[in-house]
Amino acid sequence: MRLRNPFGRKPKEFPSHLWTQCPNCGEMLFNKQLARNQSVCTNCGHHFKLGAKERLELLADARSFTETDADMVSSDPLGFVDSKTYPDRIAAAQAKTGHKDAVLTGTATISDIPVVLAVMDFEFMGGSMGSVVGEKLTRAAERALADRAPLVIVAASGGARMQEGTIALMQLAKTVAAVTRLDEAGVPFVSVLTDPTTGGVLASFASLGDIVLAEPGALIGFSGARVTSETIGEKLPKGFQRAEFLLDHGFVDQVVPRAQLKERIAFFLGAFRVAGQDLRWSL
Amino acid sequence: MLERIAGSRRAGPEGNGHLPVDAGLITDTAAYAGERPTAWQAVQTARNIGRPHALDVISRVFDRFQELHGDRGFRDDPAIVAGIAELGGRPVVVVGQQKGASTEENIERNFGMPYPEGYRKAIRCYRLAEKFHLPLVTLVDTPGAYPGPEAEERGQAEAIASSIQVMSRLATPIVVVVLGEGGSGGALALGVGDVVLALENAIYSVISPEGSAAILWRSAAEAERAAQAMKLAGPDLLETGVVDALIKEPAGGAHTDHDATAAAIKTALVAQLERLVRVPVADLLSLRYERFRSFGTVVEPRAGEVAAPPRPWWRRVLGR
Ligand SMILES: [Zn+2]
Repeated sequence: MRLRNPFGRKPKEFPSHLWTQCPNCGEMLFNKQLARNQSVCTNCGHHFKLGAKERLELLADARSFTETDADMVSSDPLGFVDSKTYPDRIAAAQAKTGHKDAVLTGTATISDIPVVLAVMDFEFMGGSMGSVVGEKLTRAAERALADRAPLVIVAASGGARMQEGTIALMQLAKTVAAVTRLDEAGVPFVSVLTDPTTGGVLASFASLGDIVLAEPGALIGFSGARVTSETIGEKLPKGFQRAEFLLDHGFVDQVVPRAQLKERIAFFLGAFRVAGQDLRWSL
Repeated sequence: MLERIAGSRRAGPEGNGHLPVDAGLITDTAAYAGERPTAWQAVQTARNIGRPHALDVISRVFDRFQELHGDRGFRDDPAIVAGIAELGGRPVVVVGQQKGASTEENIERNFGMPYPEGYRKAIRCYRLAEKFHLPLVTLVDTPGAYPGPEAEERGQAEAIASSIQVMSRLATPIVVVVLGEGGSGGALALGVGDVVLALENAIYSVISPEGSAAILWRSAAEAERAAQAMKLAGPDLLETGVVDALIKEPAGGAHTDHDATAAAIKTALVAQLERLVRVPVADLLSLRYERFRSFGTVVEPRAGEVAAPPRPWWRRVLGR
């Protein structure tokens, strides 16, 4: 059923705690049904953003995820204040999401393959990468190296966290260096780009997976679309900086629908048995 | 942090013809007691069009510079200059972002904003440095990577990520000098090194003050406040350890005297490279990893403060 809504208001018979309107096709979707369909529109296939918890449920085998560094929180190195103080912004994001910062990291199995898994949450300050995200991802990569377990990172981020200034920028170099050690050691790293993955996160570890997968329709780009369109003084073409645009231009390996994501990751991890693991039997 | 270099002076061998490792450098913000320029003044000075840009510095600091062009894939990006030159008679690879000294020149150089092919040219030259065991010197001076649609099509983010990656494990000494504007990831793509120096009035930030103001204050006019909040000026960078030391500029700023500025840069580069070339490459790489690994201030209620400030790594290198 297609709903006409000329006044731009939600009709009363669709209260928002029960129904969500698809931003792509306009269909009113029953929340429970949407959740059951992994937050993908049953009408047009639009992929809604997924929180970190839901993402873990999607990818990790049941009860396999053990969180690490769960208590880590950010300090306020610059004493940063815009319209709110940085600690106030963090507190608000913690209350909103129930997470301490914008990434959850831990160990898990994906289709029985042991992995180190990190999932970002866009709801927490736009998934921005500051000290905590940088440190947790770096530790995740270091654990993957020590355990010789593949690393899977699901990115969802607007970029580096402005409130931490240049220290946030340095997290790009820190996380890149950490995943680079995996590269040298022959430990697989699968990077999954979800809506949105932009700025400093895309310009660091997220672009460097052995395999880079993206969800359909995800916004993926270096510069914000507003900056880009101001730079050229015109509107951008439809589909610019979407997952399919990156696929066309050669920067992601596959665009994978959410329903197939777990099995696809498992396929690649199965193919790339970690260097050293096979050798244990022939030594 | 400051001790990284200041400590080394105490630890390093003296009196055998080598420059002291902090020659011409400011390693302590005490030098700025009471007379720090405001963040906004720093932004203006760093962007001064008369400031020495990469080629001004290269022609004065190095001898026999031979420029190398092109990324071998798409085109030659004029916003990045790269080549082989001699520093004190010894060959080095130099890569820098190039701004213009006039509007015309700036248009030609795209205001120092590289395209992905610029970063890929840089990567190609980094690899040359590694292959032929030449030290690498990079000169950072960009408002940021070019944000246009063609840059997106050709993978701006991937190019920057790869450049950071190659620098982070390049098996040769790297000294980074921030000349003017260190604008975000586009600057960091040339900014991973064993020693990171900056001219006194250079800035280095995660986003431009205008960009930050537009997002956080919803008005680009608040750029001055944003600049102050982001702590992007030289002395701030010294305090956070983002740069190891500042290179003194002539009174009035680098734009007033290119020769004197270049002389100070040369002194600093020679002193740093003399030191770094004596460090075994494996140590260099693990220390470089630790240098960037240590950035960040996190709190773990159960474990107390981790990610302590970087330890003075020279001492460990030299075994003291
Ligand atoms: Zn839909």
